[in-house]
Amino acid sequence: MNNERPRGRILAQFFPPLTGLARRGLAGWAILIGGAIVAVIAIMTTVSPWISPYDPIAINVGPLLSHPSSEFPLGTNHLGQDMLSRVYSGGAIMFQVAILSVIVCLAVGVPIGLFASYTGGYTDKVASLVMDSIYAFPGLVLAIAIAAMLGPGVVNMALSIAVVYVPSYFRIIRSQVLTIKELPYVEAAHMMGAKPRTTLFRYILPNVIPSIVAVATINFADAILTAAGLTFVGLGLPVSIPDWGWDLTYGRRLLPSGAWWVITFPGLMVVLLALGFTLIGEGLSELFNPRLQR
Amino acid sequence: MSLRSYVITRLLLTIPMIMLLLTFVFLVIRVLPGDPASLHFEKQVDPQMLLEFKRQLGLDKPIEIQYVDYLVGLLRGDFGKSMQDFSPVSQQIFSAFPATLELAICSTIVMIVVGIVLGVQAARSYNSVQDHVIRVFGIAAYATPVFFLGEVMIMVFAIYLHLFPAGDRIYPGMTPTGLTLGGLHLSTGLYTIDSVLEGNLSKFIMSLRYLLLPSLTLGTVLCGIFIRLTRGNMLETLQSDFVTAARARGLKERTVVYGYALRNAFLPILTMMGLEFAALLAGAVLTETTFSWPGLGRYLVDRITFRDYTAIQGVVVFFGILVAMVSLVVDIIYAYLDPRIRF
Repeated sequence: MNNERPRGRILAQFFPPLTGLARRGLAGWAILIGGAIVAVIAIMTTVSPWISPYDPIAINVGPLLSHPSSEFPLGTNHLGQDMLSRVYSGGAIMFQVAILSVIVCLAVGVPIGLFASYTGGYTDKVASLVMDSIYAFPGLVLAIAIAAMLGPGVVNMALSIAVVYVPSYFRIIRSQVLTIKELPYVEAAHMMGAKPRTTLFRYILPNVIPSIVAVATINFADAILTAAGLTFVGLGLPVSIPDWGWDLTYGRRLLPSGAWWVITFPGLMVVLLALGFTLIGEGLSELFNPRLQR
Repeated sequence: MSLRSYVITRLLLTIPMIMLLLTFVFLVIRVLPGDPASLHFEKQVDPQMLLEFKRQLGLDKPIEIQYVDYLVGLLRGDFGKSMQDFSPVSQQIFSAFPATLELAICSTIVMIVVGIVLGVQAARSYNSVQDHVIRVFGIAAYATPVFFLGEVMIMVFAIYLHLFPAGDRIYPGMTPTGLTLGGLHLSTGLYTIDSVLEGNLSKFIMSLRYLLLPSLTLGTVLCGIFIRLTRGNMLETLQSDFVTAARARGLKERTVVYGYALRNAFLPILTMMGLEFAALLAGAVLTETTFSWPGLGRYLVDRITFRDYTAIQGVVVFFGILVAMVSLVVDIIYAYLDPRIRF
């Protein structure tokens, strides 16, 4: 019974019902607005097959490079594809890559972080050194090297992004576990004969979850930007899949013709999606670390 | 700990970090599924030719020998041979590096100036509309893909307004030569500095015009973190006693804010500059591609198109060593400025 209490209180404190969020000042509003943006884009992407006026990958559905008009509200690109349909459905890849990479990061980063920092000693030193080396590296460049070797594909893109972001999880978990494991209640659990595994997962982990959630949302935003960047340098998915990243990549070559609509709308979608996740992440970190809340 | 022993410790810590990185990159290229040589030739290739190709690049040797060759080569500044034409990658890297360095320096200036000015403004107008607008701008800048902002800049300033050039470093044939004094030739590869050395004002202005859009793009995307950092530090500093005392003495508000308070908020900004250098390089890769800026980033992206894995490895390794060196230098400057860090 005792072990339920800290967990329950923490969850109640940090995951208040949505209505409570608005009463938590700016941080609450940031989470609400960010959440709304992400939700709207997620719904739009999910229902895109039913709301798209045209097939997003069908070519020559209209004139080439047509200005936004009543028939094609966001114009068409150099292949005569309808930009509105492409904007509706182009986020699916972003979501898949981001979700997959966050899952991989959670599955790898959290156990390593918990175990290494709880064990301490050489394990901790070696893990920290490896993680810090990766962390210090320009993320996109490392992701490029890995993605270039693995080849195109959603899973490969997600994996190369995950490698870059695992250290962020490791660092935040480590910094917290180092403090938490010295707290009296953990010592008490230890004295009462709790196994290390029990201490780690039942007593320490619940206290780290809020930080993990905050890192994960920022990770979502970064994964989206990195996925777009990988596509931009030519390591994206085949052109037959609608993707905002592709529109931005090809749109660059169309700029001299004055076709602003080809890059503007997909670009704004990427910004909005990344902004949504960043707002959630910023709000969460402010809620969880009231000291930084100014 | 004295400054000297701090520097030595920090230096010794950098070596395993670089070693780990080098090993990691080596393994990524060789151990991940797919053999780099066969990946290079997308289609079927004559096995005899593939073998000869591997022999030329030293990829036929056992992996541990390759690893030793790779490390020994790096010590001599040899980053391997390109898969495309077997030319040394280091030559390409060193000729492309000044362009990236120039872009990085100018973007850093934009990033720091915009970040500090907006951060100070936000702190001074704490919790007002201006403060919120600046904070949202900072977050939005972070969430913008650098190449999208670059494309918008090209569209607006180069294509519609014809104010600035959209790509490359300088007008063809106008490359500044640097300083030549008799037999002595001095040239940095940074076009702004070279044109000054040459004493050619029009080339200097031209190189600045070519630099402006890319550095503005990269600087703006990265300034968000500096806005937040400056704002947070200034909020605290502006409430401290010495600021109140300075105000009580009747000093101008500008002097109090920029002369007194900002100076105290500067140390964390310096640390952040070191940490952001990696992000700066990553951003430079995309910015250079957007603006056809002939630096290391564009070289890397070109090599990706050619599936030139040895060149990719060379550039990635070079970036890694560069980042490690910069963070070392920043840490040493920081320890020099703030003696507390050494203890």
